[in-house]
Amino acid sequence: MASSAVARDLGADEFRAEGLSLSRGPRGLFKDLSFQLRRGEALILRGANGSGKTSLLRVLAGFTTPDAGALFWNQQCLKPLAITSRRLLFYVAHANAIKDELSALENLQDALRIDGVASAALSPATILHALDRVGLLSQRHLLARKLSQGQKRRIGLARLMLVDKPFWLLDEPTNALDAEGVELFAGIVNRHLAGGGMACIASHLTMPLQGTSSELKLRASA
Amino acid sequence: MKSAPDVALGPVQSGKGDPGEAEVAPEQGFMRAIARDTRLAFRSKGEVIQALVFFVVVVSLFPLAIGPETALLKRIAPGVVWVAALLSVLLTLPRLFASDYQDGTLEQLMLSPFPLPVMVAGKMGAHWLVSGLPLALIAPLLGLQFGLDSRELGVLVASLILGTPILSMLGAIGAALTLGVRGGSILVALLILPLYIPVLIFGAGAVETVAAGLDYGANLSLLGAGLLIGGLTTPFAVAAAVKISLD
Repeated sequence: MASSAVARDLGADEFRAEGLSLSRGPRGLFKDLSFQLRRGEALILRGANGSGKTSLLRVLAGFTTPDAGALFWNQQCLKPLAITSRRLLFYVAHANAIKDELSALENLQDALRIDGVASAALSPATILHALDRVGLLSQRHLLARKLSQGQKRRIGLARLMLVDKPFWLLDEPTNALDAEGVELFAGIVNRHLAGGGMACIASHLTMPLQGTSSELKLRASA
Repeated sequence: MKSAPDVALGPVQSGKGDPGEAEVAPEQGFMRAIARDTRLAFRSKGEVIQALVFFVVVVSLFPLAIGPETALLKRIAPGVVWVAALLSVLLTLPRLFASDYQDGTLEQLMLSPFPLPVMVAGKMGAHWLVSGLPLALIAPLLGLQFGLDSRELGVLVASLILGTPILSMLGAIGAALTLGVRGGSILVALLILPLYIPVLIFGAGAVETVAAGLDYGANLSLLGAGLLIGGLTTPFAVAAAVKISLD
């Protein structure tokens, strides 16, 4: 069986950040920051430019080592970039990993392959349906360099529909999206949360998220 | 055994997946990384062809410059071909990680359920397929300009096939360490060229020994040993370097 010790410990399923501190240069970005998220909950990060939203997301993803603090998944210390966190976390930032030389369809396929989605789940029908939902079906063979910023973002939305990871870390996911795209995005996140997923989203927009979502306001201290 | 994943149309219930539930076979990640990078390289053919043409032109300059002195040409041939191969591979190194670094793909690779060393090994493999292997395949043609006989040409190709993957692997360490550094490509050359010296010595040495009528096996064996050691260790070094560069 594939279910390892890790899988059996999943009972309550809670993500917890404890006492996170990070400073960049003389400025402290955040200090002694703690929060917890259960399945079905979302945390919206707010704050002015430079207040540390991206840095916090990078800490949560494990790319940046915080000055202090630790992350826990079900009371177990979550080691940065260890296999548990790599299966748990999904991270999308400003640079959305779209290759200009590939078409929309190929970009989506490649991204999902990296995300470890099983080949069986990458059937053409599934992928075309996702592209249809984000309105890129007719442009699927167009090279990404010919797509607009918003359309590139929509490839990312299609990826969100198909990726199989519980905890999403999204950095300004609605940038360059039109009103309809934002609505689509909110729908995808709601679906994810309703299915027991979790999300931490840095955004300036107010999104119509259902379920339990809390806000965290970041203010850089001097 | 794990049942077939949910392929229902529409958003997959992604929240249901528990971390630790999904099975990921490392060799699958390796194949996915190789396929992806090879396809990307063929989409920007220009860069692949440029490095190959550079190799051909540099090697061809020597017979033109030295003139028809067969004995001398034959003597310098292995060294010339190997130095040109080093420089050609060096030209292609910045491409290995730079675009993935800029567009955020490296972060995706780090959070992929496949281990990062496996994914970077795939990238190195793809790099060799498009920048090392073509050099080995075209080398016999170039060797003819220098009057190498068929036996020497065979050993030249063998030495390049064994040696150029080592160039890709060592180069990947340099490329990963200099990510985001200004003037990174010069820095890669300075960092990596000294490490290439043993490969150069054994690679060119193999052809020289066969030309001298001696046993060339030792040189090729050493290259092979280097290839094995490199294959086992460099993916971990490159993965560590990538993590440092992204912190």
